[in-house]
Amino acid sequence: MSDKAFKTLLWFAASIILIITGGMLYSLTSGAIPAFKQFGFFEFLSSSEWNPTEGSEKYGALAFIIGTIITSILGILFCLPFSLPVALFIGEYFKGKKIASLLGTIVDLLAGIPSIVYGLWGFYALRPIIMSLGLSPQGFGILTASLVLGIMIIPYAASLSAEFIRMVPNDLKEGAYSMGATRAEVIQHIILPISGSGIFSSYILALGRALGETMAVTMLIGNANGIPNSIFDTGNTMASIIANQFGEAYGLKLSSLIAVGLLLFLITAIINFIGKLIIKRNNL
Amino acid sequence: MKKLVFLLSTVTVLLSSCSTETVELAGAGATFPVPYYNVAFEAYKAETGNIVSYGGIGSGGGIRSITEGIVDFAGTDAFLNDERMAEIDEVIHIPTCMGAVVLSYNLEGVSKLNLTGEIIANIYLGKITNWNDSLIQAINPDVTLPTKKITPVFRSDGSGTTAIFANYLSKVSPTWKDTLGEGTALNFTVGVGGKGNPGVAGTVAVTDGAIGYIGSEYAFSLGLSIASIQNSKGEFIQPNTASISAAAQGDIPADTRVMITNSEATGSYPISGFTWIVVYKEQAYANRSIEKAEATVELLHFLLSEKAQSLTETVHYAPLSEAVIALTKANIKKMTYQGNPIE
Repeated sequence: MSDKAFKTLLWFAASIILIITGGMLYSLTSGAIPAFKQFGFFEFLSSSEWNPTEGSEKYGALAFIIGTIITSILGILFCLPFSLPVALFIGEYFKGKKIASLLGTIVDLLAGIPSIVYGLWGFYALRPIIMSLGLSPQGFGILTASLVLGIMIIPYAASLSAEFIRMVPNDLKEGAYSMGATRAEVIQHIILPISGSGIFSSYILALGRALGETMAVTMLIGNANGIPNSIFDTGNTMASIIANQFGEAYGLKLSSLIAVGLLLFLITAIINFIGKLIIKRNNL
Repeated sequence: MKKLVFLLSTVTVLLSSCSTETVELAGAGATFPVPYYNVAFEAYKAETGNIVSYGGIGSGGGIRSITEGIVDFAGTDAFLNDERMAEIDEVIHIPTCMGAVVLSYNLEGVSKLNLTGEIIANIYLGKITNWNDSLIQAINPDVTLPTKKITPVFRSDGSGTTAIFANYLSKVSPTWKDTLGEGTALNFTVGVGGKGNPGVAGTVAVTDGAIGYIGSEYAFSLGLSIASIQNSKGEFIQPNTASISAAAQGDIPADTRVMITNSEATGSYPISGFTWIVVYKEQAYANRSIEKAEATVELLHFLLSEKAQSLTETVHYAPLSEAVIALTKANIKKMTYQGNPIE
């Protein structure tokens, strides 16, 4: 194949992706306009009422935005105590050893498990535990969904963090060791400060992943409209309300669900953008 | 070469003759009548050879599918209101059977429970939160109710089951009417949502202290406990074929679009309802063939036949009354293909 033909092919493939993304954005926006027109953009964002009763239809996304943000951030918090040690284990302690690559592979396997399986595990295994601990009478809710989310995003946070930890220059670490620093001190004073922004950005990317998770969350969050009172309460996320109600929606409700989808698209895009920006700024 | 042409033409003839013999019909919608449709469509296949596939995606989803022209018929437990009827091409409602929305509960040691509409409304509104509430105890004098939090379970997707349930509660509870109101999806703020009748039944089955409203067969097949509901005569009634049939004894309008909840008949189960199949009056939509239109009409007649109606009881639904069948047969006669009557 000539160079020119190859270049054209690449251009073609790349522009198709752009067109598809642009087309999605366009159809989301045009689908959402009736809802924004009816309720006003800021009113749609700040109202927590989701009332599909005919005659008094009123839709607002606030409860779902809050549900999404709480579950995702809690998910990150639950993920942290597992993913950070795993990253240090793979990226520093057993760097290049067989056991590190074995653990790395197993963690990556977590990413390959379909989310419905996580949902079923949450439903049949985790939920009874939450109930028997007396945290919630029925076991569904923000907490259950967040715990499962936390486990689901471990591979995303851990693999990337390990990569950044591995990239910390050896001469810095050796310098510290030569001055008598222990391994824990090297991690605390050399590795974490240097790879910190990289690790932070990998958690931002994991957060982006948690925001859009649908199936497992829908199965576990309880699907009650309204702003949750506590983390033991039931709720709904932006993705779960769409999954629950898209099938039969029409008219204003359909438009409102598409508007929720557009907001989710924008929030995820912004989060990913911030993550990439931090990686770029620190030139890692 | 000649041989090959001959072979090919034979195959083509064979294939085309196959396709005129069996017609495949596709429907989608309510999950509530799925247990009945499973047996009825199987019987229809045995009789005619035609295959009917039905996707239980919820009443709302079924209506959306037929308006998009991707199915031959839609199943729904909530009839289309006048407003929605005006938005789309003319459709006909065909009632296929009657069923009950049952209140099933998961409460250890309690095998018999009486409830009133008012209490159910207050549970779903979050006003009654504990099983040992004095209001519940008052109508269950022989039952020891545990001190346990009530977890109300509702449908998270749009559903005809919800529509029947909400229609009943709107009739008996003014507070319900003013707050949650009626519709296929309501703004539930307490409790847990499950997707589809199986989702609600599954959640009730594994959650101690839960109560949920479900299409009856889903509760029966899982062996869930079912509450007796007080009807407008003051009797506490268990849902069964007789008590559902009793609910449909009032006047039925010609287009059969009617809710039969909170019936005034003695012995009637108050949360009963028809389930309908919705078809377009003009069957030549979305390039459908005349064979499909004819098969659709044939299927509808089959569902009204004595044979199909007698199957309803085997899966805990109730057969239609003769009056309703007569009305519906007249409605089917109105169906056309490119303006000409079918049959």
